[in-house]
Amino acid sequence: MSTRLATGGRLLNKGKPLQFTFNGKRLRGFEGDTLASALLANDQVLVGRSFKYHRPRGIVASGAEEPNGLVNLGEDGTFEPNQRVTTTELFEGLSAESQNHWPSLEFDVGAINTKLSRFLPAGFYYKMFIHPRPLWKHVYEPFIRQSAGLGRAPKVPDADTYEHFHFFCDVMVIGGGVAGLQAAKAAAVTGAKVLLVEQTAQWGGRAPVDGGTVDGKPVDNFVDEMIADLEAMPNVTLRKRLMGAGVYDHGYVLGYEQLRDHAPESSGPRHRLWRVRAGHVVTAAGAIERPLSFAGNDIPGVMLASAMRDYVVNYGVSAGDRTVVVTNNDDAYLTAFALENAGLRVPVILDARVLATDSPAMAEAKALGIRVMMGHGIAKVQGGKRVTGVGICSQAGEGAVLEEVACDAVAMSGGWSPVVHLWSHCGGKLVWDEAQAHFRPDVDKAPTGAAGEAFVSPAGAAAGDLRLAAVLGSADQAGKAAAEAVGFKHTRAKAPVGETPEEAPMMPVWLMPQGAGAALRSKAWLDYQNDVKVSDVQLAAQEGFESVEHAKRYTTLGMATDQGKLSNINGLATLAGALGSNIPDVGTTTFRPPYTPISMGAIAGEARGAVFQPIRRTPMHDWHDANGAEWEPVGQWRRPYAYVREGESTHDAVMRETKNARENLGLLDASTLGKLIVKGPDAGRFLDMLYTNMMSTLKPGKCRYGLMCSENGFLIDDGVVARIDADTFLCHTTTGGAERIHQHMEEWLQTEWWDWKVWVANVTEQYAQVAVVGPNARKALEKLGGMDVSKEALGFMEWADGELAGFKVRVYRISFSGELSYEIAVDAGQGQAFWDALMVVGHDLGVMPYGTEALHILRAEKGFIMIGDETDGTVIPQDLGLDWAISKKKDDYLGKRAQARTHMTDPERWKLVGLETLSGAVLPDGAYAVGEGVNANGQRTVIGRVTSSYHSPNLGKGIAMGLVLHGPDRMGEVLEFPGTEGATFKARIVDPVFYDKHGEKANV
Amino acid sequence: MSEPVTALGGVASDAGIAAIAEAPLQGMITLRGDLSASAVKKAAKAASGVDLPGAGMAHMDGESGLCWMSPDELLVLCPYAEAAERLERLQTALAKTHALAVNVSDARASFTVSGPRAREVMGKLCPVDLAPDRFTPGIFRRTRMAQVPAAFWMDDTERFRIVCFRSQAQYVFDLLTVAAQPGSEVFCY
Repeated sequence: MSTRLATGGRLLNKGKPLQFTFNGKRLRGFEGDTLASALLANDQVLVGRSFKYHRPRGIVASGAEEPNGLVNLGEDGTFEPNQRVTTTELFEGLSAESQNHWPSLEFDVGAINTKLSRFLPAGFYYKMFIHPRPLWKHVYEPFIRQSAGLGRAPKVPDADTYEHFHFFCDVMVIGGGVAGLQAAKAAAVTGAKVLLVEQTAQWGGRAPVDGGTVDGKPVDNFVDEMIADLEAMPNVTLRKRLMGAGVYDHGYVLGYEQLRDHAPESSGPRHRLWRVRAGHVVTAAGAIERPLSFAGNDIPGVMLASAMRDYVVNYGVSAGDRTVVVTNNDDAYLTAFALENAGLRVPVILDARVLATDSPAMAEAKALGIRVMMGHGIAKVQGGKRVTGVGICSQAGEGAVLEEVACDAVAMSGGWSPVVHLWSHCGGKLVWDEAQAHFRPDVDKAPTGAAGEAFVSPAGAAAGDLRLAAVLGSADQAGKAAAEAVGFKHTRAKAPVGETPEEAPMMPVWLMPQGAGAALRSKAWLDYQNDVKVSDVQLAAQEGFESVEHAKRYTTLGMATDQGKLSNINGLATLAGALGSNIPDVGTTTFRPPYTPISMGAIAGEARGAVFQPIRRTPMHDWHDANGAEWEPVGQWRRPYAYVREGESTHDAVMRETKNARENLGLLDASTLGKLIVKGPDAGRFLDMLYTNMMSTLKPGKCRYGLMCSENGFLIDDGVVARIDADTFLCHTTTGGAERIHQHMEEWLQTEWWDWKVWVANVTEQYAQVAVVGPNARKALEKLGGMDVSKEALGFMEWADGELAGFKVRVYRISFSGELSYEIAVDAGQGQAFWDALMVVGHDLGVMPYGTEALHILRAEKGFIMIGDETDGTVIPQDLGLDWAISKKKDDYLGKRAQARTHMTDPERWKLVGLETLSGAVLPDGAYAVGEGVNANGQRTVIGRVTSSYHSPNLGKGIAMGLVLHGPDRMGEVLEFPGTEGATFKARIVDPVFYDKHGEKANV
Repeated sequence: MSEPVTALGGVASDAGIAAIAEAPLQGMITLRGDLSASAVKKAAKAASGVDLPGAGMAHMDGESGLCWMSPDELLVLCPYAEAAERLERLQTALAKTHALAVNVSDARASFTVSGPRAREVMGKLCPVDLAPDRFTPGIFRRTRMAQVPAAFWMDDTERFRIVCFRSQAQYVFDLLTVAAQPGSEVFCY
């Protein structure tokens, strides 16, 4: 059984016991434990069920590579699935649940799949569920979806907060082991600004567990000294619990900082996403030990050798009383020594190698009285929910059991793979190292920056330098090179000298025993989390999936949340073996960021709740809100859709507002309309190019409605232009158009007409603008007093500066409603006061504010088009009968040439007409008119569509506009518009101007 | 006529790791022109009382100042009440020069973020190097603040002045309070 030892545990604070629960069971651990070490200390060897076969699974690793120990963590607002027990620091009250089991972890119904595994090989789903086709959607997919996924999805919103942080440095060092510390120091002594990050809560990486000396002193002393040195340097920033998640172009690195996962009772954000710009990046992320592929290597109690000694040394936890060590290298002997030192038994070390002479490690093991069997391996692990023993075989054979040894744990080591992920994210290439049987960074093919220079350097084990002496040497070099790359002069300071005992070479072992038959191969796991076995990869190769990328997708090897950290190299070596090719020829799959999954919250950062998106408010926003406004989003603006009174429906409010504007007095907050100042000697010429009609002939003091097209001829915006003086125009744009049209103007001025003398400024927000609309509009302004707003002094389509009730105003006599109407601009800081003044004087004149829906109905009654309703990016002014607004006199304007193309002049283009239902009902917006026959796809022929449709309270019936084939030539014809749920509408083609055809109401 | 008001009525919060406050009304004039033309330089100096700043810089003198917005744009700062008069002076001085000057005082909202952690609060929202040796009083930066455009400079080593669009004032204030939430110190400057 696994248990807590009486002694040991260098990371524990035994003075601080902690309580936690696992599947409801109350357990105890200590401060400094990870959830994994605490579970093992409580003999919780079984921690989860596998994805496909629901096999019992235990903890395999001690770090970020752990594939099995995934739990649902927390409850309600702090619930999160798929949390790795090995990287979850224990805290008081932690609550975890195992995943993918039903009804319980100990007894799981889905485990029947393991009995059926012979019938569930790689590609099973592809083969099985593809026929018959209809069954996929209705039977197979729902079934698979139900059984898919490991953790549960959260049910309530996340209670925590998250944030981003931008940081800049010369050198960023990722990984706080001895390599990272040395690289950081070497870079920092040059004066470079250094950021050193470590994903765990401890500095030093594996070195304090694995031992060795630096300059004659124990390596943990070296780590402490380095930290003290670095902390004393003002140009160094040190961060623990911050993982380098991804390396991107131009030295952009994402770092994932876990602030409160270990201390949930503290305040502040839970995670912080560091968005770092680094001049040069050093990856010192270490290496990951590989499992060995033997039958039953997934039974709880089988662990990586390095993880087992981590648990003993760091946490004082033994995985078992009797541990069999199985290895192809000397490093795993350290585990045997650590176990023996802790008073535990190692009955045998199975070493697959056959060496002529004992390596120092072997000699030491033998001296300790440990039995070492060279040339041997494991045929089969015995046990179900935990290890009970191993069958020993000859590595060279086919798996005949020579001897059975009882044990309750197995420590395995298949060699080490450098963590090359961060090196590879941005295009760093790898090279196969025959001697160490792993891929390591090819330093001649580094990720490159804008000038083709390398911007990432690997250091230590991440560079393939696994031994302490080599680690320090390569890290020192990487740190110096990084500083030099960003312009700092490095010193001649010597690297510290590391020493560890001599080691004999490792021997690649991709299958144990090498001649294992089908029965053993189908129980030898490569990918624990996705249940991929040696036999699955071999089957994929046999079926023709020769590319590693194809084999990966076919078998799902490396596609789980651990992204194949343990399985990748073993899997592709197995594939290479099956294909009879070399490992480097097969290559690796692509490493993509993030290194381990990061929270969605960290990605979103602060953007949730009130600041999910910017909402733009006019100066009168609060008044609208207090007066019943129902909001309509228009771009990022919020505009009142209607002001709903108590006891009134939204529709009632819209009808009331629309009628009142025609009968009495309406106020519209028009502040959101874009206002662009265009000034310069060439301003008239410039606007003649931008608008379809002539603007240069406009007289100061006058206004003109204009249309703007893209160079492809399509309508992009419209609005009223006012000429301020000889050199200056004010162009109104649509609400959503201000920034877009400003940019459009700047683009043409900066790229095409850079020699024209024109300046543009966006003054949209300088003004609050109020449309005062209706028969009583003039009376209201006269009551405010201060300037002459009579027909004679301020005619239709004229503007004037002046004062109203003491407010400095600019008054435009323009109308989008067809009524007598003034749009009045006042400084934004006085917008609310001005609005209040209008409400006061309007009291006796029947004043009512109106919203955007009333605005739409009023303009539709007049047949005025709306950008975004009548236009959709494919409509040209000619489609809308706006030929009158297209100058025939101008040589050119943006869109002119495009509008002359045959497709644009095609008489078959749908054209704007009015539509009136025979019944008076409202046509559904967007409905299509159908014609005779069917098209090439067998669908009914369509001959038009509705672009705007409303109930007009002023006309007492439904009115609509639409684009119709030959529309203007078909006045009076009745079209058929199928609606939803079997309804069909009949509507007559009419003139789009429904109300006051001669414009008498505006012209008073 | 009534007293002009700021977008948020002078709202403030000091519950978090830095003090955040909406600043009083500030006179602002956008000046577009050829910044190397002596007429433009002279007019800008006359309107603000300070010399033309270099690229990415600002020159401040109390409520007045000049900020470099782009190679052909300056932001002229002045007391709010004097904006109209200074604009008129600018326009008169530039009557014969191809330039554009407009009052944008009401188009903007201003905030201050102050305290020893002010740099960290700004660093959460703006992609700018805010290390004390990199961002100093005198530097002016147009950038983005989370999802909206903004510009800022420092009054002293612990106080930022931010300018954003008036319609986005509430968003920016909310952003700053979220970024300054208690317990969110970064401890990196």
